Amino acid sequence: MTAKVRALDDLVAAIPDGAYIAIPPEYSGCAMEATRALVRRGAKNLRLLTVPASSLQADLLIGAGCVAEIETSAVSLGELGPAPRFTAAVTGGTIRLKDATCPALHAGITAAERGAPFMAMRGLIGSDILAHRPDWRVLQNPFSETPDPVVVVPALHPEIALFHAPLADRHGNVWVGKRRELMSIAHAARRTLVTVEEIVERDLLADAATASGTIPGFYVEAVAVAPEGAWPLPLAERYPADAAHLAEYARLAGSEEGFRRYLDQYVLVARRAA
Amino acid sequence: MRLFGDARHVAVGAQSPIPATAALLARHLSGGRLYASLLTSPAHNFFTDGGRELFDCAGQGRIDVFFLSGGQIDGEANINLVAIGDYAKPKVRFPGSFGSGYLYYVVPRVILFRTEHSRRTLVPKVDFVSAPGWSPPEVYRPGGPVALVTNRCVFAFDRMRRRFRLESVHPGHTLEEVLDNTGFEFDRPERVPETPPPSAEDRRLMREVVAPELATIYPKFTADVFGVGKAA
Repeated sequence: MTAKVRALDDLVAAIPDGAYIAIPPEYSGCAMEATRALVRRGAKNLRLLTVPASSLQADLLIGAGCVAEIETSAVSLGELGPAPRFTAAVTGGTIRLKDATCPALHAGITAAERGAPFMAMRGLIGSDILAHRPDWRVLQNPFSETPDPVVVVPALHPEIALFHAPLADRHGNVWVGKRRELMSIAHAARRTLVTVEEIVERDLLADAATASGTIPGFYVEAVAVAPEGAWPLPLAERYPADAAHLAEYARLAGSEEGFRRYLDQYVLVARRAA
Repeated sequence: MRLFGDARHVAVGAQSPIPATAALLARHLSGGRLYASLLTSPAHNFFTDGGRELFDCAGQGRIDVFFLSGGQIDGEANINLVAIGDYAKPKVRFPGSFGSGYLYYVVPRVILFRTEHSRRTLVPKVDFVSAPGWSPPEVYRPGGPVALVTNRCVFAFDRMRRRFRLESVHPGHTLEEVLDNTGFEFDRPERVPETPPPSAEDRRLMREVVAPELATIYPKFTADVFGVGKAA
């Protein structure tokens, strides 16, 4: 068996240019150290799928020119305001964008988890989100005798799921606790790459208390240790967001030139000696 | 909070500090009967099935109240969280629709909120419909807007007439100001009442109990409004 635990650079090297990558929302577990490594490498033409929304992670990758396409329900810096590089790329027409609504992306991921071709969902009818999604369809509910239009969305099969979690073991089992959207995207993706705070020597599946919140190594291609790997975003029950740093990002990324300065200062140099 | 009715479960999405304050205050006042779920705060929701559980819960009718806003809101309660101008080449781009394209249809009492009450935000017709204010009868729609709360006033939404009706104007604001700053037409009573302000006890609870709980997800809001959690 190939060792599941790799060095961070090897994990990032396993993400090819042009990859179709699923990433989680900021309250979940974003692999920010790996994201910075992607920017340093000069990754190109990535297709991002945010499940269902993103913040700094998507904005950073877009601003650094790594992204060709994004499917998302929203990219925003929360109370710090709009995500400036995403906004500039959309108004400038430099990325392809598929606008969605959160549960449509969850539905597409759920369909992929089940091996089903599509998932039906309520809502969306009469919206311009639907009007701009030729890949989504409206069907008559086949179980209703009265008119009942429902939207169906296709299964979403990302090539790679990339995220950060608190713990993994030597078998590649990854403990995510109640952050089960991470488990969903791992089920749906063809390859799952995870950075973690630490590797534990016990088997996370051996104890029922941790097993229920653990993604089996079966679904996981590789894990790499990245201490504080979600920084400056939070990692639930480990550390909060670095609010001062995020405010600095929001200020600098407001202009192309400021964003370049941010990259020079925080991304293009490794943050700390490993 | 008066708009919550006899809700058992109030949920709050992203970028909603004022609704989150109201939801947590209502929970404190309910003596534990009301569930308040803040989607973006792991400490303030009971969900254990990941990000989709909120939507699954709402689809089953287990969420009674939700809050939505918009870069633009129009007189038929259509909301726009996407863009101003041509969608393909927008003049202004907003973050995106979040869960609105679904929750607006399935949550019975959606409260719209917008802290900038102006002709720029409250428009005759939105440029992009993230979610429509009403749907034709064949569309499954147990949910929809009940009210629009702004920094100046409260509107109620009449789903049959597809129009807002001015309910009350906040203390310190006037009907003329509301008329001047609203881009859509709305109904109003002959005498428009003043919005009752929160009681001293409610204000104390917001400041002393709710604000510290919110400081981890809305540090800027709680610092600016309540002076809580200011960075040293």
